[in-house]
Amino acid sequence: MALLQVDNMTHYFGGLRAVNNYNLEIEPGQVRGLIGPNGAGKTTIFNLITGIYKPTEGEITLEGKHLIGLRPHEIASRGLARTFQNLRLWRHMTVLEHVKQARYSKINYGLVGAFFGTPELHREEDENERIARDLMKLVGIARYADQIVTNLPYGAQRRVELARALAIEPKILFLDEPTAGMNPEELEQMMQIVRQVHTELGMAIFLIEHRMRVVMELCEMIQTLVFGEVIAEGRPEEIRNDPAVIEAYLGKEVVT
Amino acid sequence: MAVTSGTMSTSRERMSELRARITKPFVMVPMLGWLLGALVAVVLEQLIGLQLARAFGMPRIPALFGVGIALENPALFPSAILYDFLIYILPVALVARLTATPANWAVTKMFNFRSWVTVLLHILLLYIILHIWADISDYRLLVVRLILIAILWTLSLNIINGYMGEFSCSHPGFIALGAYAASIFTVGLFVNDNILGQALLPASLGRFMFPIALILGGVIAALGAILVAVPSFNTRGDYLAIISLAFMFMVKSLFENLEVVGGARGLGSQPDWAGLPTVFLWTILGIWIMNNFVRSTLGKALNAVRDGETAADAMTVNTRRTKFTAFLFGAFWAGLAGGLFAHVIRYVNPSSFGIQMLAEVLAMVYFGGLNSIQGSIVGAVSINLMGEALRPLEIYKWLVIPLLLIIVMIRRPTGLISFTTFDFTTLIKPKQKPEGEV
Repeated sequence: MALLQVDNMTHYFGGLRAVNNYNLEIEPGQVRGLIGPNGAGKTTIFNLITGIYKPTEGEITLEGKHLIGLRPHEIASRGLARTFQNLRLWRHMTVLEHVKQARYSKINYGLVGAFFGTPELHREEDENERIARDLMKLVGIARYADQIVTNLPYGAQRRVELARALAIEPKILFLDEPTAGMNPEELEQMMQIVRQVHTELGMAIFLIEHRMRVVMELCEMIQTLVFGEVIAEGRPEEIRNDPAVIEAYLGKEVVT
Repeated sequence: MAVTSGTMSTSRERMSELRARITKPFVMVPMLGWLLGALVAVVLEQLIGLQLARAFGMPRIPALFGVGIALENPALFPSAILYDFLIYILPVALVARLTATPANWAVTKMFNFRSWVTVLLHILLLYIILHIWADISDYRLLVVRLILIAILWTLSLNIINGYMGEFSCSHPGFIALGAYAASIFTVGLFVNDNILGQALLPASLGRFMFPIALILGGVIAALGAILVAVPSFNTRGDYLAIISLAFMFMVKSLFENLEVVGGARGLGSQPDWAGLPTVFLWTILGIWIMNNFVRSTLGKALNAVRDGETAADAMTVNTRRTKFTAFLFGAFWAGLAGGLFAHVIRYVNPSSFGIQMLAEVLAMVYFGGLNSIQGSIVGAVSINLMGEALRPLEIYKWLVIPLLLIIVMIRRPTGLISFTTFDFTTLIKPKQKPEGEV
């Protein structure tokens, strides 16, 4: 059985059908991509699976357990982490605080611990700080640890989002356009980091991308979404040569 | 243009140079040195304050640094300044400077022994200073206790408005619930009163039950906070402000119409159990617990909810529980401090928990600084001291203080000291010789 399974998911915004009869299966450790023109419904699919919206119809299961009806933080703590297309960082918090915050669901000291600063609190906070520092090192932002995120360069802010999502210890990582707005150099770094994260931590990755090179190089399987419907699904080389994809999404451009 | 910017920068340079020259002798003074200086100053005032004040032509020891006396009779302005200089500034500066080296040595020794003992000794010293200072007059004693209570109110409102970023206006409501609940408990059980009837238990027992009364006040306030917390799940910004404002008026009119607790006439004859030690202890406890909370990851979740609820949710933060906790926690301390307030004033009246109190507490939070323990302490102390010291101005007081607030809001929109982490241990650490800097 697949790690994450989505069956016949359909969603309406009022009268508008944003997603139609969407199916997805992700195996542990797999890297999958979701491409499609602007407004195709890619981010909507992310929001539906992560619980921000509730699908009008359909089934979503993670390790065989139903996700529909759960609140976003419950879905996240079951091991489904995500980043956002437009950075959603907490503007008054430091990088270290960001990454530690994502350990929220792992905290056991409770309010009593928080109020009275019990030894248990110190033990858990120290442990979480250690994990956070390791993750920051992994994505290359360790030197920014005590800086407020808004003071960081854009590429580093993206990596903060990634480190924060990794702190959840996800089984699946959803990346919503991880290279959006990056210059070629930052893009190269980001791809390197995503690859490294995947080899070291081994979780499944589901990513939305606009840049064909990124999807083609990173993903094992790719879905193409147009107007809320999957028009093609397959390996990168199949997608690259699929006439429907070329027509609907890539236009007449040459894919490099 | 070039000329003006040139003079600007030189005058600014001159200012910072001047500041550096003044602070330079004191960079090595640890907190202990300042406390010792303050101790000498307050003892000095006890011993020769009255003679000195009379010698300068003042009728009595200036209650709050002579501002009141100078405002009543401007001719005494130089005397007040001179008095402050001789009694406070000079001894504090001298003692702080002279004891810097031994104080550093002593603090280092203490830290090597046990850091919590060091912290407790500093707090004890602070209490002794406050006690001696407040011993001069009943008025000072009242002001000190009210300021300590205001610190708790400000901090607890800062939890909701600053740390979590919801604009809640319900604080006077929580304070009223706490004040009434604690008063009903103490007056009803331990005092013969014509509203609540005969005492049920001997008054001697009451002193030990006082913490229970205060905690009961806090719990009742927290229960009230549920009414505001639940709408906050789906409402933010202006709407929550209106809902919480409505809650404040509901509580006020509830007590106005509840004849069993005195209605609009209020409830009096609270026993005199909220002395300076009691109020001081609860304030320290409150600061400690609230500071622990906001520094833990559970407490930082408030910041995450404020700065981006969707992201907080996606990062496993239970946003509903977080909001609930913040409201109930803030309301608990507001209510507990409300109970203290009722027993300091020894009379509660629904009209004191209205829009004026709301304005004052909000002013303290926003003046002192959002998301900051130090900020709240500074805000509560300065607004209260100003409010008391400028009392002779009567109605014009309410021109001066809001004007100051406007200036601070323009220059520093988030308050004097905002977005900081408070660590008492760092504050009292021995001072090292600055390396590279200065």
